[in-house]
Amino acid sequence: MAEEVKLFGTCGSPFSSRIQVALKLKGISYEYIEEDLTNKSPLLLKYNPIHKKIPVLLHNGKPIVESLVILEYIDETWKANPILPEDPYDRATARFWAKYIDEKCVAAAVKAFWAEEKEREKAVEEACECLKTLEGALKDKKFAGGETLGLVDIAASFIAFWLRSFQEISGVELLTEEKFPDLFKWCEEYVEHPIIKEHLPSRDELIVFVNKRRQNLK
Amino acid sequence: MGDEVKLFGSWASPFSRRVEIALKLKGVSYEFIQEDFSNKSPLLLKYNPVHKKVPVLLHNGKPIAESLVILEYIDETWKGNPIYPEDPYERAVARFWAKFIDEKCMPAAWKACTAEEEQEKAMEEACECLKTLEGALKDKKFFGGETVGLVDIVANTIGFWLKVIQEMMGVKLLTAEKFPVLFKWSEEYVGCPIIKRDLPPSDELMVHFRAILKRAK
Repeated sequence: MAEEVKLFGTCGSPFSSRIQVALKLKGISYEYIEEDLTNKSPLLLKYNPIHKKIPVLLHNGKPIVESLVILEYIDETWKANPILPEDPYDRATARFWAKYIDEKCVAAAVKAFWAEEKEREKAVEEACECLKTLEGALKDKKFAGGETLGLVDIAASFIAFWLRSFQEISGVELLTEEKFPDLFKWCEEYVEHPIIKEHLPSRDELIVFVNKRRQNLK
Repeated sequence: MGDEVKLFGSWASPFSRRVEIALKLKGVSYEFIQEDFSNKSPLLLKYNPVHKKVPVLLHNGKPIAESLVILEYIDETWKGNPIYPEDPYERAVARFWAKFIDEKCMPAAWKACTAEEEQEKAMEEACECLKTLEGALKDKKFFGGETVGLVDIVANTIGFWLKVIQEMMGVKLLTAEKFPVLFKWSEEYVGCPIIKRDLPPSDELMVHFRAILKRAK
């Protein structure tokens, strides 16, 4: 049976990159469609009418949206190289941390980087709290998934790459080796993983992405 | 093997009640520990140090937090009366709607009911959310089809808690006129035996919410 897999994504988006990593890990062939977030395609709006966002996975014509939902779908549909652990308790732990990254860490970091001057100090404090909590979870492990990449690692690419790049761009310091030595070490190893490395944007691509996102948010 | 199941929760919390619905549906015996939000127990803080919230499920000494994560855990651990659909695509759809309810619908609805400023805008956004959610029901009796499924359980916030809050605040958000399909679902929903037994008394819930809103000021 011929499988048709398409991914609507945007170069520079951490959520888009997550899906590419997962598909690559599982050896799934797919067609990639680059979306311009300032000029969304009719197909994107058709397949994700509620949120109108990327990534959107299209599997044999059926759309799945929201990156964590897509990752679970991929893991349930293609069984090779599992992203989620087998044991239900370990799965719950992985889901907990993936949610934490998306709902707290990403939000806190974005706020810290783009906050108005007067709110910045508080936002940085909150973001550092998140990083400290996350460091506790990732400590002593090569990857959150053990020796191989798992759900939490894939979700945490935002921390390992995007957050650290935004630091450089904005000049706001969050994740430093002094403050979070374990997390910093984890990040350094993570971005060297071949599949991760392959799906990280270049500095220029990241800047284009950030500028378009800020344009969209106005 | 004896299974030891404990639930740290609150009678007034829809998130806590969701977990109870699921445990009862699966015939799992559990010990319920009522938490006082103004005085959280050392055990709660030990088992959920990150969020310090209910519900927390303790299964043979291992804690699981976050209601949606707990629901998946329950479904994967106790196989009878599945909550999640079997097909991966249907599961993805269910997860999508559960997230939508928790991340968009209920926050928008709460804001519309309790906002003092910009009430009109909040109302508009909440109506958008409810309209979208209604679209997911279509002609079905429940979100899960003929029987209650994950999305219905998660929608306890919309099906019951929202109606209590809007009545208390005098806000007409989820009405039969505006959302006939969703309203009809909510009426069936609160009458459904497996849901009904985990709905708190509305008058007591109103007292509880009034206290929360007063504290927030």
